[in-house]
Amino acid sequence: MTEIPASTGSIRRRLTIQLMTGAAGLAALLFLVVLNIARDLAESSQDNVLFASATAILESVSVQGDDILADIPYGALSMLGNVSDDRVFYRISAGSEVLTGYGDLPVVEKQRVDVPAFQTAPYKGEDVRIVSVSRRLSLAARVVEVTVTVAQTRTGQQRAIARMSQIAALSGAGFFLVAVILAVLTAQSSIRPLNRLAVSVSRRGPKDMRPVAGPVPSEMIPLVTSLNRFMARLKTSLARSEDFIAEAAHRVRTPLATVRTQAEVVLRRVDRDENRQSLREMIRAIDESSRAAGQLLDHAMVTFRTDHLEREDINLGDLAADLVERLTPVAELKDIHLNAQLAENTQITGDAILVQNAVRNILDNSIKYSPEDRNVWVEVGTEDGQSFVRISDQAGGFPDTITSALTERFARGANSEGTVGSGLGLTIAKEVVEAHGGHLELSNTEEGTGACVTLYFP
Amino acid sequence: MRFLLVEDNQNLATAVLDRLRMDGHVVDHAPDVELAEEFSATADYDLILLDIMLPDGDGRDFLKAHRNRSDETPVIVLTARSEVSDRVGVLDLGADDYITKPFDFSELEARCRAVLRRRGGSPSNEVRFGDLVFDSLSGTLTVNGQTITLRNRELRLLEVFFTSPDRIFSKAKLVDRLFAYDDDVSENAIEVYVGRLRKHLAGSQVQIATVRGLGYRLSLQ
Repeated sequence: MTEIPASTGSIRRRLTIQLMTGAAGLAALLFLVVLNIARDLAESSQDNVLFASATAILESVSVQGDDILADIPYGALSMLGNVSDDRVFYRISAGSEVLTGYGDLPVVEKQRVDVPAFQTAPYKGEDVRIVSVSRRLSLAARVVEVTVTVAQTRTGQQRAIARMSQIAALSGAGFFLVAVILAVLTAQSSIRPLNRLAVSVSRRGPKDMRPVAGPVPSEMIPLVTSLNRFMARLKTSLARSEDFIAEAAHRVRTPLATVRTQAEVVLRRVDRDENRQSLREMIRAIDESSRAAGQLLDHAMVTFRTDHLEREDINLGDLAADLVERLTPVAELKDIHLNAQLAENTQITGDAILVQNAVRNILDNSIKYSPEDRNVWVEVGTEDGQSFVRISDQAGGFPDTITSALTERFARGANSEGTVGSGLGLTIAKEVVEAHGGHLELSNTEEGTGACVTLYFP
Repeated sequence: MRFLLVEDNQNLATAVLDRLRMDGHVVDHAPDVELAEEFSATADYDLILLDIMLPDGDGRDFLKAHRNRSDETPVIVLTARSEVSDRVGVLDLGADDYITKPFDFSELEARCRAVLRRRGGSPSNEVRFGDLVFDSLSGTLTVNGQTITLRNRELRLLEVFFTSPDRIFSKAKLVDRLFAYDDDVSENAIEVYVGRLRKHLAGSQVQIATVRGLGYRLSLQ
């Protein structure tokens, strides 16, 4: 079975999280910058209005005789009221004398007379923004510094800042959302070539060892190159295994064929009974070793192929019909009649060569173990949604206690005395059926005169 | 019958030639593809026995070329390679059958017969003796105008007698011809089949005579 390697986490998730963290940082920064600018803007616009108001009041201060007159213009305070319903405080002082307004309103200390000074300070339990402007007036031969101080509570400004910060938060969140979507898309698109590679490799048939050709991103070239190199090695070693099996068969079978044929020729020529007996035994031994070699090689091939199952559509009926036709001459040598009862359209998906090999081995067994003049039945059909091939004979059947030991390698039934065989037939069939997700069932026929082997395929 | 054997292994080829000639067949031997092409172009064969691994090429290439010339001579491939991997290829290339080395000669004979029967026999397969007409290919025996289909062992037994009428065959020899080497059969089993053949031959001029102590022979009454 394929081993799934331990995972160090998903690249896509990591990439997404990293991009999202970056986006979150940027969004927070955006929020803070916007908030700061908003606060500055709100403050400076309040300052401008305060300054305009204070200047207007200062402009209205005049000297008449020995008195200083302050005629506060309506507009000077109403322009403050227009901005919001904030409370407004003012104070006009000349030198240290308060002329009018709130005497306790703090005056902002100034470096120079002609430059306005701003300050935020608590006043009457609230934060207020204060501006002081001054001007020098000549009064009875002395110079008096008139200072106008205007203050306003900051509710309106705070409200504006709150609204601006809401907008900043919303735009930050919006930015984050867009960034997340982009991050996910980016992660997906950068992972896509990897997925495409995985799909194109996993969709291949077991024999498809062509190198991966399609264009890949340059970062993936080292991966694809080593994958291709690995496949080339695998291809060589698979070809070597198949060649080895074929070569081994050739090397074993050709000399056996020579000896067997010569033994048959000699058997025809000799007359002495003991010589003939020896020759028969010799031929039997050759048959036994060639059958054993054949089944061992079959088994090697089956083991080899079940690791790389090649799947195609198989019509079990056609497959069985071919085998029956092929084995009929062998069966006829013993006057054994092969009966085929093949349902049409019994389709399975699997490795045709393996399935054929499994059925042939079972059929071979039945013919080999049957006494002459008997019947062997081959049935193909469907039972409870499972396709099956059933081979039954009249060769005496399995022992009463049918155990799984019979399908173990080299196990042979009790009636196999005197019959050439290596006992791998059932093992081969079992391995093939199980590799296809099916199972093998051994039983005796209803009349109890023979064995019945069923290969079930899902 | 006339065979062409294409096989590079000299020992095996000699043994197969001996064995086929013993049964009265005419066999030519080609050890490589080149000679095989030459033989098959100059003579008509009833059957070609073809090995796959040859020194100057692949038997399958010969097979392909052979079929491309629309030469209909049946071909049986002698393969030593694993059946699993080889089987599909040769049948697809137009071989009529294949047999895995080492092979049982009676199985080879059975396969040859099956192939020839599938291709449709010719009248030349009929052998006459006395008033008997025997067609070993279709397995039929005509006695007094009546045609009987013989079972496989009866057919092979009669075939043995027909190869040399009047010759005496011992029970032991007949056992060799009729039964596989892994069957433990007593010589008495032959009596069963001789008995069945005698029933078929009842009323004809031909009989299977018992030669006491020696065996049986086919003779005219």
